Amino acid sequence: MPRIRVLVVDDEPDFLKLIQRRLGKRNVDVDVASSGQEALHILDKALVDVVILDVRMPGFSGIETLKEIRKRHSEVEVIMLTGHGSMQSGIEGISHGAYDYILKPFSIEDLLERIRAAHEHAMLKKNNRSDK
Amino acid sequence: MTETSYTKLKWNLIGITLSFSLIPLFVLGYVIHDQFSKSYQEKLTSNLRLVVNNKRDAIDMFLNERVVQLQNLANTHTLAELTDQTYLNELFDIIHNNSRSFIDLGIIGQDGRHEAYCGPFDLSDVNYKDEPWFNQVMLKGLYISDVFLGFRNYPHFIIAVMRREGDKAWILRATIDSDVFTSFVHSVRTGKLGDAYLVNSECRLQTSSRFGGKILSKAEHLDNFHSTDTEIRTWDEKGSKLVAGITHLTLTDWRLVVVESPGEELSPLLRAQYVVYILFIVCAVMIFAGTYLTVASVVSKLKASDKERAVMDAAVMQSSKMASLGKMAAGVAHEINNPLSIIRESAGWIRDLINDGELDGYEAIGDLVEATNDIDRHVERARTVTHRMLGFARRMEPVHENVDLNMLAKQTIAFLENEIKHRNIDIVCDFKQNLPLITTDSDQVQQIILNLLENAIDAVGKEGVITLVTRVEGPFVAMDVRDSGMGIPADQLSKVFDPFFTTKAAGEGTGLGLSIIYSTLNKLGGTITVHSEQGQGATFTFFLPLSGYIPGHQEEICLE
Repeated sequence: MPRIRVLVVDDEPDFLKLIQRRLGKRNVDVDVASSGQEALHILDKALVDVVILDVRMPGFSGIETLKEIRKRHSEVEVIMLTGHGSMQSGIEGISHGAYDYILKPFSIEDLLERIRAAHEHAMLKKNNRSDK
Repeated sequence: MTETSYTKLKWNLIGITLSFSLIPLFVLGYVIHDQFSKSYQEKLTSNLRLVVNNKRDAIDMFLNERVVQLQNLANTHTLAELTDQTYLNELFDIIHNNSRSFIDLGIIGQDGRHEAYCGPFDLSDVNYKDEPWFNQVMLKGLYISDVFLGFRNYPHFIIAVMRREGDKAWILRATIDSDVFTSFVHSVRTGKLGDAYLVNSECRLQTSSRFGGKILSKAEHLDNFHSTDTEIRTWDEKGSKLVAGITHLTLTDWRLVVVESPGEELSPLLRAQYVVYILFIVCAVMIFAGTYLTVASVVSKLKASDKERAVMDAAVMQSSKMASLGKMAAGVAHEINNPLSIIRESAGWIRDLINDGELDGYEAIGDLVEATNDIDRHVERARTVTHRMLGFARRMEPVHENVDLNMLAKQTIAFLENEIKHRNIDIVCDFKQNLPLITTDSDQVQQIILNLLENAIDAVGKEGVITLVTRVEGPFVAMDVRDSGMGIPADQLSKVFDPFFTTKAAGEGTGLGLSIIYSTLNKLGGTITVHSEQGQGATFTFFLPLSGYIPGHQEEICLE
């Protein structure tokens, strides 16, 4: 099974470093970006299956980034990451085209499960499109 | 406001009302009384003046009649005729029969000797030559004496007239009974204190006075009377005020005095005054009583509404406290969640390293595993708190459902069945049959029941009773959750809905459960109360509106 390619977008460098290491150990290729602009830049160049996107970031917010991703890269699935502790921001993300959301702090297994589900969904979509 | 300030307010209001009602009343009363007594006083003096003048005219007429009578006698008879004793006797009988006031009649020659005399006394040898009156009548032709006792020791006065007959002059002299005269004057007396008498130019009484003394004694208060007109004087006698009318007689220099007591004369006024005083006292008492009752009821209503407002203020303050806490909680929780996730990931990374065998052979590896587990556990605990805190700030459209509170309570009890059995607690359900359905958010209500039940289980500990009662109360459906625990001390009762207030040991309770319930019920249009006596358990009662709640009015809804 090919390794899943994930892009994690968060303004906390410590968080990015840890996530990269932990997901890396779990057969996931992790790219990181510390802002929305950086994430869009990476997406333009590299192939990514799933984006994990923090809702609250300085400058270009998570929701704005999400809207931009949906415009430019329809094949990528997005999981919203929220420290707000409420479903509200997650639901807002879903309404703008995110696949799922997860509340901070979370367990790595939980995140991995959602990443896999998002990836499968992305694959399904891709297959459906190529079938047509 | 304290009890004293209410009392002060009450008396201030009473004072103001009384001054605005009693002062005009008293001013009106005073003016009426003053005008009334002034006009009555005027009427009294004018009456007195009239009486005095009338009486003076009568006395003048009486004296004048006697004088004219004597002058007529003297002018129509010669000395020779009148000195005829028989004729004089006849004449005297006629006069005496006509007027009892004549006591005797004498003819005196110019030498002062009695030429003839007719009367009860033997005066034929008396010579008047040196008497002052004799000289005066010889000089002026008429003389009216003051009253005197004379030889006869009997009050009387004389009238003498002179007639010239050629070169001879003679005098006709008559003695007038003073008693007749006295009774004539006394007939003017009025009331118990009224008096009437005549005084001469030296203020000696010419008729006896009721209170002033006997004839010829000196009368008081009459000095310095020179007026030719009638004068009204007032003086005090034996503590009572007297008013006197004084006037000169025309023929003599006597004065007529008529004394009246205004107290007696004004008795109708005094009666009216007493009636007015009594009316005033009655009015004042009624006004006072009316004012007192009105003000007391107003103040007690004010007190009640103040109390009500204080309760409402407290409720508003409580909910605004909740709202601001909610906002603060959202910020705090968010700021904490980020570092929490890094802490968790860091611990997770250590565990990853251990699991991958990268730390194999390292002695303290067991301690490290334990430490990462501890970190996970406590991050989880912190997360529970932050997520619960965020429940305050969550904004979400609540769900509308028809909720059967009885059913909801039964489901919730089912959640806790294991716990209840384990602790040997009896759950008693006293549910009202056919409880009306209410339109509300069932998840939130279930959460409320769950929290209250958990609290009740904690309060009971082991082997106790928890009673759930549902009922309809006014426009609300109410549910009691009663436990048989230790109860809540009175001083803590008012704080149980405050955020972070907890009686549980540190780390066991967040102190947010009841304040979340409070704000949730607030959003749902309901309310919650608590009753407890220490040692008797506690009863939490929450109310939900039968009519449902209006979603537009709810801003923040808690979902926990």
